[in-house]
Amino acid sequence: MTTLLNVQGLTLHAGSRRLIDNLSFTVEAGQRWGILGRNGAGKTTLLHTLAGLREADQGTVEVADKPLAQWGKGELACLIGLLQQDHQDALPATVMETALLGRHPHAQGRFFDSGEDRELTEQALATLGILDLADRQLVSLSGGERQRLALAMLLAQQPTLLLLDEPSNHLDLGFHSRLVELLRTETAFDGAGRPRSALLATHDINLAARLCDHFVLMLSDGETLAGPAETVLTAERLSQAYDCEIAQAQAETGPLFCAV
Amino acid sequence: MSNYQVLSLLLCACLTAIAALLLSLLSGSVDITVGDLLAYTSRSLPALENQVLAEIRIPRGLAAFATGAALALAGVLMQVLLRNPLADPYILGLSGGAAVAALACITLGFAGAWLSSAALLGALVSVFLVFSIAGRAGHWSTIRLLLTGVVLSAGWGALINLMLATSASASVQGMLFWLMGDLSQSRTGWLQWFVLFVGAAAALSQARSLNVLVRGETSAASLGVNVRGLRLGLFVGASLLTAMAVMTAGSVGFVGLVVPHMLRLLGARDHRLLIPLSILLGGAFLLIADTLARTLLAPQQLPVGVITALIGVPSFIAILKSTPSQ
Repeated sequence: MTTLLNVQGLTLHAGSRRLIDNLSFTVEAGQRWGILGRNGAGKTTLLHTLAGLREADQGTVEVADKPLAQWGKGELACLIGLLQQDHQDALPATVMETALLGRHPHAQGRFFDSGEDRELTEQALATLGILDLADRQLVSLSGGERQRLALAMLLAQQPTLLLLDEPSNHLDLGFHSRLVELLRTETAFDGAGRPRSALLATHDINLAARLCDHFVLMLSDGETLAGPAETVLTAERLSQAYDCEIAQAQAETGPLFCAV
Repeated sequence: MSNYQVLSLLLCACLTAIAALLLSLLSGSVDITVGDLLAYTSRSLPALENQVLAEIRIPRGLAAFATGAALALAGVLMQVLLRNPLADPYILGLSGGAAVAALACITLGFAGAWLSSAALLGALVSVFLVFSIAGRAGHWSTIRLLLTGVVLSAGWGALINLMLATSASASVQGMLFWLMGDLSQSRTGWLQWFVLFVGAAAALSQARSLNVLVRGETSAASLGVNVRGLRLGLFVGASLLTAMAVMTAGSVGFVGLVVPHMLRLLGARDHRLLIPLSILLGGAFLLIADTLARTLLAPQQLPVGVITALIGVPSFIAILKSTPSQ
């Protein structure tokens, strides 16, 4: 097994509020982790901490057996990719120009884009089905198209560890299935290829249930539960986390949850 | 955009800058021809023409180009720093500080090098104020920067009005010319060119990271950009470039806001292309405006800031109307 991410005793605060208290889990290659919790529980803060964008208040985060702080910014960006929840498009740009930015960590010291950069970016756009929009301006995109562009940028970045904040935002139901398919392919690890994993924070429990094999569930007052799906993803635990009655049904694809 | 298109755009911008320089050297009350320019380079020009070129047109033309180039580059950098399309080099109140110092200088009867030194000092004081007020714990948010700049500008504006209202009417015209931007007394020294060259080289070396920073700080940080360092560099770089421009020509408006935007509208959104184009065309734009300012109503000289707006506004509207909505 290759350990990509090792989190030990992580504690996060937002001001005086404790978001996460003493969370420990390890992400092995090929695993997909879901992060579930109420609004404001600290899902995004957790992802940003794992991406090295903010420091942990306590505890350690190791990426590929090396503490997060010891990685150079550029090196780390080749390993970890973050899909953000919102996108800032104040100044104009085209779809292709924006997607190419995903190649930035790999272009340190280079002034121009290489042929490889363009090829990988075009592939990523094609994978997300928006290659025909390559020359379109950002402002002309719909919410879902903009979200697919952000995903394409992440694919072009080719990170080992994909951190996704609400990846299904704005995506239609048809595209949910393609997203599941896509993330399964991206993180498929047969022990020979490049090991990759994904962590996704989402409100869509059923999407996460189809996709993820492990979960971090945020309960209350910083209490968390981390582990394989069968122990964490139960109606009882979810009811506790979301503070409402949640029922479970069984479908062919796996468990389905809904609030009752 | 293909490499071929990029190269041809850069070539066009170079040619435009050269044409603007030639136009400015050939226009004026003393007739100078292309032949005279060639004679000047071989030092065989009659004394009058030689003096006009060497002491008036060439130094003034170079000052206009350097000022326009510095303002356009500062505009690009400010727009990235504040991620705001309305940002211009003066948005953080720098020109206000320079103006207060310059007007005080005019009131006291100083001119020439005293005036430009005072403007530089005033600009730097203003930069320092913004930096220390908005820079809480070394991390300043865009909105804090903008608010500090806007409030400081308002304060400087009040002081400027106070000085205009209480000054002897004889000195008010000089003050107005300074406020609108005027190149008639402008000369550039090594300092301006040094700041311009270093600023341009540094901006170009970071052009890739600027493209990323435009898409937001979190996004840039997750792609490996040293966001804090880069933003500090943008702030210092844009401030120094603007301070140099203001020191040379007063607060010339419009160039820093409109040149980068026209180029963005015309498709140069990538900073690797936008930065060199802005420098070349910002310089050329101010050079042409200054040539018009001193020839349109000759021998009366107009403040160049009026001309930049008078040509800039209609051409900007024309470009805005002819490009599809962005």
